[in-house]
Amino acid sequence: MDIKKTPKKLNVKEKYRLMTRDLAWEPSYRDEKEIYPYVDYEGIKVHDWSKWEDPFRLTMDAYWKYQAEKERKYYAIIDAHAQNNGHLNVTDARYLTAIKLFLQSISPGEYASHRGFARVGREFAGVGPQVACQMQSIDEIRHAQTQVHAMSNYNKFYNGFKDFANQRDRIWYTSVARSFFDDAMSAGPFEFLIAIGFSFEYVLTNLLFVPFMSGAAYNGDMATCTFGFSAQSDEARHMTLGLECIKFMLEQDPDNIPIVQKWIDKWFWRGCRLLTLVAAMMDYMLPKRVMSWREAWNIYGVENGNALFRDLARYGIKPPMHWDDVEKSIDHTSHQIMLGLYQWKFGTAFHSWTPTASDIEWLKEKYPTTFEKYYLPRWEYAIAQKENGGEYNNFGLPKLCQVCQLPTLFTEPDDPTQLCHRETDYEGEKYHFCSDGCQHVFEQEPEKYVQAWLPMTAMMQEPLKGDLAAWMEWVSLEPTAAGEYANSEDKANFEKWRKQVSTD
Amino acid sequence: MQIDVQTVNIEQKNQTFSHLKKRFGDKKIPSRYQEASYDLQAEENLHYRPTWAPEQELYDPNLSKIRMNDWYDLKDPRQFYYSTYTLNRAKQQETMESNFKTVESLNLIEGMPDPVLAVAQDLLIPLRHANYAANMNNTLVCGYGYGTVFTQPCVYHAMDNLGIAQYLSRLGLMIGDVESLEAAKQDWMDSDAWQPLRRSLEDLMCVRDPVEVFIKQNFVLDGLLYPLVYQRIVDQNLVEQGGSGISILTQFMTNWYLESKRWVDSVIKTMASESAENKAVLEEWIDSAANHFTSVLLPVAGLAVAGNQADELVSEAHDELLQRAKKAGLFK
Repeated sequence: MDIKKTPKKLNVKEKYRLMTRDLAWEPSYRDEKEIYPYVDYEGIKVHDWSKWEDPFRLTMDAYWKYQAEKERKYYAIIDAHAQNNGHLNVTDARYLTAIKLFLQSISPGEYASHRGFARVGREFAGVGPQVACQMQSIDEIRHAQTQVHAMSNYNKFYNGFKDFANQRDRIWYTSVARSFFDDAMSAGPFEFLIAIGFSFEYVLTNLLFVPFMSGAAYNGDMATCTFGFSAQSDEARHMTLGLECIKFMLEQDPDNIPIVQKWIDKWFWRGCRLLTLVAAMMDYMLPKRVMSWREAWNIYGVENGNALFRDLARYGIKPPMHWDDVEKSIDHTSHQIMLGLYQWKFGTAFHSWTPTASDIEWLKEKYPTTFEKYYLPRWEYAIAQKENGGEYNNFGLPKLCQVCQLPTLFTEPDDPTQLCHRETDYEGEKYHFCSDGCQHVFEQEPEKYVQAWLPMTAMMQEPLKGDLAAWMEWVSLEPTAAGEYANSEDKANFEKWRKQVSTD
Repeated sequence: MQIDVQTVNIEQKNQTFSHLKKRFGDKKIPSRYQEASYDLQAEENLHYRPTWAPEQELYDPNLSKIRMNDWYDLKDPRQFYYSTYTLNRAKQQETMESNFKTVESLNLIEGMPDPVLAVAQDLLIPLRHANYAANMNNTLVCGYGYGTVFTQPCVYHAMDNLGIAQYLSRLGLMIGDVESLEAAKQDWMDSDAWQPLRRSLEDLMCVRDPVEVFIKQNFVLDGLLYPLVYQRIVDQNLVEQGGSGISILTQFMTNWYLESKRWVDSVIKTMASESAENKAVLEEWIDSAANHFTSVLLPVAGLAVAGNQADELVSEAHDELLQRAKKAGLFK
């Protein structure tokens, strides 16, 4: 070798190849199967790992540099936010329900993604996807942490934030998101990538993050919209990874296509069910609204989705199996979920409320074919009960779907007056579902979904045995965190502090 | 509505999150490290068993022979969470960037004696493959270990190892262009000096006990390799022979080792003080791996120094490692 040779100019791609791809070697002392034991069992065939196209070419020094710059800005803003009582800048304290739900459900999901990407970043047998997944893993712990830090200041003044860790594991509605991420993590490495990298990050992320972060910006929540913006360039990388991984699988072997299709069908449906909570947030929880769930779906779901699946059609991939059912549900789900949350508000660590007169006008305008006809009468009934000194509660426990873990409160796709309910017998037990989509997911892998931890069943078993007070203690639910917004300490305090501010 | 809220003093309801209050009381506001690290991993009511290994839990402390009553005892004395970690590394990379510029602008590589460059080529550049294995091993610990305070620093450590592999690659490109990396890989794959290490790393990549991997990689192998290669061979031998330029370009590795061993030692100390059983397991792993890797590194040291001196340097590194183990409460 000729030492002290003038180095050639390498292009970015070649340089990145040397800095990552070239680090790995083909083992000769041990069999690859011993080093990568889980890479085969899902049936995905990979003939040539080197065909993986690096979706972004960041060496570690550049990564540290860019990310540190973003971290500096981010913490400067949330420090200022805390110091200046920025929480009093939100439109009103109803808004907090949205971010309580986020902290209890989505931040733990970011953490789970961190761990999941670490696992697949170890299990893939090619260095290209290994490094890309490891980078996503370290990004995801960033997101979990910046979110906790942003919420930490809200926690100092309001109820419903402080027990998020215990509630992540125990309270009933967080199991919707928990079961989603647990499902992805307990799947094999390729399915995990389709679940989180492709379906969640690529197909659905705009439906989660754009509404959330613009909602935060519209409603004066600087802390949340700052972490949103700070995470945006990470998300862009994650989206390219998601797309690359699906193309890689499809191009490696035609036998992969039906497997990938099955996963797309499953995870699209799982994701849409999870996002019904976002639908409720957009249509009901933001005092100042960005756009309706229907409008968001038309842009980010239909337009983007159509373009994507047109593109994937050349591989023989079809749009997700239950796409039409999702489309039919869009004008209904937010109302159904919010009515559900409202009637079980004694059991949630956030507040809910009946829509105000101006909310009702907005909902009528955005949902001309459904709101007034199907949902307004129910809200009016709840409002009338309040006006007569009563309260609209449903102390019956909801029946949860075995797969998505939401209460079975949705209606038939073609008949909004009929509750949708499906059941399947498996090994002598009956299992209940909210929809054809969830039943289908179950029937593909019943041995997995029979294991689901169902919070309502747990409540009736030892040691709680249906004792509501004992349950509340077990899930760390203080009465001040639950119930009607109008009577809440959060509302009273927020208004008192705001008044204090304007008279000072 | 924009209002002026800066002057208002309002009383706080909660000092902190309940899980932190339970651990640390609420006399003091918890640090951002604590908020970012404690109890973030799901603990209870895990929904499904892994389809890849149904006998395991999704997060499973029993993947290791080490037992902890509370895995959150294994805190990182550096208190690294994402932000402090990246800020630190960003500062270090700035220094390294200017180091690379200095070496380039002063033509330090060209002015270096050939034997020094040969050692850099034969000893340092193949190590980038060893760093890749360390990257994979730490990724495994992060993925399958238990409790965020233990697993979180491992993803940072994994990325650090990738960063080191990339610094070594740049060094290689500087001293011999792409051919340097090609020759180093050839050595890594075929030359006698590297085969014991490559074999041992392939073996270690088959181990699935996350703590065992952590101990053998981060404590034993790195605990021998860094003092031997960077502190002794590069910073002493090569510098004496006119290789200061190399030492400048491996400054990150030297500092990184000194910084991260505080964390590694603290983890071991806490695990060892937990129980006699843990202590015995740790001693067994460390004892066998230290002897094994010492012999593995002997031919590697031989690439830089004569046989006798290689013996000496390797056994110094071995003694130093055992001193660290003793300080952590082992072998007493």
